[in-house]
Amino acid sequence: MPAFGSFALLVALALSGYNLLAGAVALRQLATGRRGWISPERLAETARRAGIASFFATACAAFALVWAAFTNDFSVAYITEHTNRALPAAYKFAALWSGQEGSLLLWAFLLSAYGFVLRVRHKVDVKLTAYASTILAGIQVFFLLLVNVAATPFSLVQGAIPADGNGLNPLLQYPEMVIHPPMLYLGYVGFSVPFAFALGALMMRYPGEKWIHITRRWTMVTWLFLTVGIFLGMHWAYSVLGWGGYWGWDPVENASLLPWLTGTAFLHSVMMQEKRGMMKSWNVWLIFSTFLLSVLGTLLTRSGLVSSVHAFAQSSIGTWFWVFLVFCLAVCTFTYILNRDHLKTEHKLESLVSRESSFLFNNLVLLAACFTVLWGTLFPVLSEYVQGNKVTVSAPFYNRVAVPIGVFLLFLTGIGPILAWRSTSIKSIRRNFVIPGIVGLVVAIAIIPLGVHPWTIFTTDEQGAFYAWITFAMAGFVLTAIFAEFFRGAKVIQQKSGQNLLASMIQLTRRNTRRYGGYIVHFGIVLIFIGIAGQAFNQSHEQTMNYKQSFLLGPYRVECLDYSQDSNPNYDTEFALLNVYRGDRLVTKLSPELRIYAASQQPSTIVANHSTLVADLYVIYAGKDPATGQPVIKAFLNPLVAWIWIGLLITILGTGIALAPNLSAAVASQRHRVTAPEPVAAGRAGD
Amino acid sequence: MRRLTRLAVLPLVVVLGVLTLGSADTQARFEDIGHKLMCTCGCGQVLLLCNHMGCPSLATESAELQGAIDKGQNDNAILMAFQNEYGPTVLAAPMLTKFNILAWVVPPALLLLGFAGTVLLVRKWRLRTATMPAVAHDPTANDLRERIRRETEV
Repeated sequence: MPAFGSFALLVALALSGYNLLAGAVALRQLATGRRGWISPERLAETARRAGIASFFATACAAFALVWAAFTNDFSVAYITEHTNRALPAAYKFAALWSGQEGSLLLWAFLLSAYGFVLRVRHKVDVKLTAYASTILAGIQVFFLLLVNVAATPFSLVQGAIPADGNGLNPLLQYPEMVIHPPMLYLGYVGFSVPFAFALGALMMRYPGEKWIHITRRWTMVTWLFLTVGIFLGMHWAYSVLGWGGYWGWDPVENASLLPWLTGTAFLHSVMMQEKRGMMKSWNVWLIFSTFLLSVLGTLLTRSGLVSSVHAFAQSSIGTWFWVFLVFCLAVCTFTYILNRDHLKTEHKLESLVSRESSFLFNNLVLLAACFTVLWGTLFPVLSEYVQGNKVTVSAPFYNRVAVPIGVFLLFLTGIGPILAWRSTSIKSIRRNFVIPGIVGLVVAIAIIPLGVHPWTIFTTDEQGAFYAWITFAMAGFVLTAIFAEFFRGAKVIQQKSGQNLLASMIQLTRRNTRRYGGYIVHFGIVLIFIGIAGQAFNQSHEQTMNYKQSFLLGPYRVECLDYSQDSNPNYDTEFALLNVYRGDRLVTKLSPELRIYAASQQPSTIVANHSTLVADLYVIYAGKDPATGQPVIKAFLNPLVAWIWIGLLITILGTGIALAPNLSAAVASQRHRVTAPEPVAAGRAGD
Repeated sequence: MRRLTRLAVLPLVVVLGVLTLGSADTQARFEDIGHKLMCTCGCGQVLLLCNHMGCPSLATESAELQGAIDKGQNDNAILMAFQNEYGPTVLAAPMLTKFNILAWVVPPALLLLGFAGTVLLVRKWRLRTATMPAVAHDPTANDLRERIRRETEV
């Protein structure tokens, strides 16, 4: 199987290389009008088919690695390092992305899968797709070169074949780890497609905004994958790492946030190009930056440039990524300089108080957030270079610098949708802002007696309560603004159709899925902000516990019922059984664990969490007191965390709705099939 | 007028004082400073968030921190003492000194510059935008307008 996998990777590289070269020659011939011994159309078609075939070859290689994991083929060094016999089947599958070589193979596989879809659907626009396919083939060649030369997943072990492997990192033995990395990679890799279309459109001086219409769904799906990947990572960190939080501002976490921020900016600013032919250069550079930041994130993760608890071991692979990054940047810059006259804006901003301006400021704030995260991530490297010593840039820095930017972004989330395109009148501002403004003010006052004291910022060094207070007030403002948008539209439908308000809201959403799906995404994001703001009021308690001993945390009393230990072939475990009371009422039983994995002898905490909409009671087994042998229990009371995960679900729902075609357009499309010859662009109408 | 202002401010100060009474006690300071320091065991976590079983650094650093607070040292002196003992990486964020000040200043400065630039750009664009001549009323356009209204209304 290793030989088959290696061979499949070589074939994939050859096919992608052919796709790149033949595609480039064909496009050059088409552009210059010169013809070779084979027509450029036929050459381009062979290139496309080679690209499609490269997907099957890469899939074979990925299959070979998974097969080796399932059959315990410890002649493959990668399998020895990342699996063992006792590893459950689902985690053997996850071994594909648990190490450097396997994860690069996964990257190459997903890239070829995206390329496969793109090449199969080439009839959307044959010439533009040919450009995008060739550019994508270039990226494929890079990743396939990596797995063929620099980080080969099918290397064989030196000497005797071991009887068992080292096992998978215990921290990765968690259900979410089976889907978090593929989701994240689908996001990272997916941005290659809009990047390829944007670069291709610029190279061929593609007229109009059709490339944006073609890539809109690609970009949204990719953005969704990245969002889900990031949040699955957060949930995994929360559930497995056992430090009571979900985001540690670790460089690898930051690396995933960078393309997400620019991708989000692109999704907003692209509307200005579609609606008013503005910000063409800006949009092209946003999508270029998003792709380049995905590559930079991978570089940071794998080169050892920054210290991270996540990062793969230091290796020479960083040099490859540096070269690739610089090459891509040079190609983008060169293409832009050659064709920038093609990107002249058709309209200009007419008012600071307009939808366009809000998008512009939204983009500015998102990019400022992106820069802050990048700056904080790279500052230790810069400091070492300038001062000769490394500094740490961790949570306190981001809490002070990035949080205010986030709060301002939340404010813009509320303002943007209620401003009109081109210019907004004072009367309209008054009409649309008064009720959300009042609600925001009421929330700001109402939460003070609940313990949200913003003035602590003036009396202590603690800023959390102040920003939480602003966030809650802003959330009230934004949610009201969103609801008012739905209400206004639904009321009109209700008056005309006589339906109830809920049915009218559903119909309203179906008529303009992009606009109202977008609002639902905003609704989800606001809930996420509320959940994050709850962090300002976290409490914790740590205690060594004997039988029947208890402690109080917030409204809960945690009592130790028992503690014991157990073992199975994969791990030994110590655990405590805890009763949780609220007053005299038994609320739940929790059983935090500490596992020691047999293969690696590494410990891993299994968190016990009682989650409600108000707060999570998050309990970990922190070890045994060496003097008494009694368990040390650490408990956290984390308010509002559940809203983060609810917000994510709503964001997924909103994105799904925004991806669906409009009701009216779909109906029109059905009619069109029966009668009219004129094409209908389903789902293109929107806001 | 000044007297009136003082009268207005006085109850506010009293209320704030009462509400924040005890906020700077020893435990709160331990929590606060403990979140500004990193654990030096190599876990890459903030000191009070390190959850490594039997972590050697957590106990030592926590004891040192508690000792310094008990001695009545101010926050800055404690952070400096830790920096001198463990090196600059023990601080969870750079202090406002020499080159490190750039870490704090650059992002907000760029954001402000971006805002100023955007506002200036929009003003410039607005000045350049020529007023469009009034379009003569064309009765044939009414049908088109009506159709657009029908198609775009919710």
